[in-house]
Amino acid sequence: MSTQIEHPATPSPTVGIEGSAVRRGDRVFQGLSRTAGIFILVTMAAIAAFLIWKAIPSLQANTANFFTTSEWFPDQKPSVFGIAALTFGTLMTALIAMILAVPVGIGIALFIAHYAPPRLASVLGFVTDLLAAVPSIIFGMWGLQFLTPQMEGLGKWLNDYLGFIPLFRNDSGQYSKSILIASVVLAIMVLPTVSAISREVFVQVPRAHIEAALALGATRWEMVRLSVFPFARPGMISASMLGLGRALGETIAVALILSASYTINWQISEPGGNTFAANIALRWNEAGDVGLSALVASGLVLFVITLVVNMAARLIIARRSEFSGAN
Amino acid sequence: MNITAHARLAAVALAGALALAACGSDSGSTTSTPAASGSTNCVSGALKASGSSAQKNAMAEWINAYQAACGTGTQIDYQANGSGAGIKDFINKQTQFAGSDSPLKEQDKTDADARCATGPAIDIPMVGGAIVLAYNVSGLDKLTLTPDAIAGIFAGTITKWNDPKIVASNTGATLPDATIAQFHRSDSSGTSDNFTKFLAATAPTTWTFGNAKDWKAPGGQGSKGSDGVASSVKATANSIGYMELSFAQDAKLGAAAVDNGAGAIDATSENAAKTIAGATVKGTDNDLALSIDYKAAAGYPIVLVTYQITCQKGGDAATVPLVKAFLTYTSSDAGQAKLGPAGYVPITGDLLTKVRTAVAAIS
Repeated sequence: MSTQIEHPATPSPTVGIEGSAVRRGDRVFQGLSRTAGIFILVTMAAIAAFLIWKAIPSLQANTANFFTTSEWFPDQKPSVFGIAALTFGTLMTALIAMILAVPVGIGIALFIAHYAPPRLASVLGFVTDLLAAVPSIIFGMWGLQFLTPQMEGLGKWLNDYLGFIPLFRNDSGQYSKSILIASVVLAIMVLPTVSAISREVFVQVPRAHIEAALALGATRWEMVRLSVFPFARPGMISASMLGLGRALGETIAVALILSASYTINWQISEPGGNTFAANIALRWNEAGDVGLSALVASGLVLFVITLVVNMAARLIIARRSEFSGAN
Repeated sequence: MNITAHARLAAVALAGALALAACGSDSGSTTSTPAASGSTNCVSGALKASGSSAQKNAMAEWINAYQAACGTGTQIDYQANGSGAGIKDFINKQTQFAGSDSPLKEQDKTDADARCATGPAIDIPMVGGAIVLAYNVSGLDKLTLTPDAIAGIFAGTITKWNDPKIVASNTGATLPDATIAQFHRSDSSGTSDNFTKFLAATAPTTWTFGNAKDWKAPGGQGSKGSDGVASSVKATANSIGYMELSFAQDAKLGAAAVDNGAGAIDATSENAAKTIAGATVKGTDNDLALSIDYKAAAGYPIVLVTYQITCQKGGDAATVPLVKAFLTYTSSDAGQAKLGPAGYVPITGDLLTKVRTAVAAIS
């Protein structure tokens, strides 16, 4: 897990390197780290520029509204394609995945950091980290071959007892290849990201806060609520956002599981749904010139969505950290 | 997927061994034409080709056999990156020939002719395939479908197995009162294109979606790749899906016979070969772009043909002899005999003679 962690308590060093104490090593290291910082900005700009440049021809050829059309036939004449269904499917699968994964992930992290005996904690931590190393195609195959038949019961149950909510109703009688199944697989895939980062933050809660809470007569749960959560909240949000990033961009597992139709269907246990990344994987090989360009255009939208989500997360963290009580 | 891939390889190897053992028996091939197999004509050098994934396994068989016969001096590399990409590679001179699910279209034809400097680019049909309707209905050993019923199932107008249109062509069989779980391809593919060509030609009133590499009809469920469709059908009760013959064989799924008006024709390589042999050539001279008669009643009608696209004249001087020698081998009796056991359909009859003439004209 090479991911950055928010350390709200650590004040960032603002003092520059100057004065007589500067050595050559300092200068070299400053140069290196500055280059690395600039490099990531240049890379992002290059990706954006490439996507825009490649997307323009298809956007000019498109005869339908790019944002509201839910069809994908860029290579036919006239060219017709739009991202409405893709946006819906991408956000829906990612949202359900987060609803499922975040509570469980934080629960795992909390158990490892504050409840489990040390030996069990290290084993559990190791196992969740291992989950992050499983290739996504394995998750896809598992979801398709094993999970799909198992999920039929859940789909039927939702339809029978919660069918009055349109989200859970199933009129097709088919329960495979649905957004629901893809979301469950995505949830399992983002679980290690969420739990590993949350765990790191939980462990860093100052001993003094914990002991103060316990000394005041707080139970274990009250201690967690009073001292751990306020301190770790920005970190938990950061962890969820990284997980969300993975859920939004996951490709092959989703491509294998979803039925890949271009309709916006709110009934999540019915076959159907498609995401940006899965659509690119499914259409790339046989796409013509306009088709390739259209796929790049959809990639640009996914890029923007991910950017917006991350910026929103930063904003939340920045606002929260002021009165988190951690300082 | 890895498991099925291995199973397929094993099946191909086994089938190949059986075919060798049964050498000389009638395999539906009715020809004895010039350039019949003898010793393989070997040319050393390196050859690059790319394109259609539908003919990937056939190319792998041929390349293995040709390289085994000719030794290490001959290197042939076929990258199955899709027909569109293959044609682009060929036009950009990255490859010496392209494999394609369909003949060159206007713009590509112009570009390919330009690439070939002094001669036209030609489409040579080399590998045939049958698209079968594999089904999974317990207790149903034999199923016959009319084009109209197939179109109805895949357009979503026939939803039950005991629909009158299915019952009519299956007298005596017990069809369940169950919803049909219909599977199609979720990725773009030449298989979908050829299957929908058949539907559009034979049942235009029921199938109103035309033909395309992307699935356009509402309903049903999409799976990635023919192997994905096969495993979906295998795993789902009361299901049906279209796939290339070899995938249905590997998954041990029953394939529906098709009744094009003159009785049920089983989905076999031999029956499909009859339809391909009956196709009319719409290209000129040695350009053998085909027009398939999907309404043909004598053979199994849902077929596809994949082409090798190369320069008749004006190819890259260094590799032309190897291209010619390799395509001569693939169109020989020995080469074509490898197709049936691998789940493909051989080219037969007059068409094979034309193919050999076209290959012989490469210079």
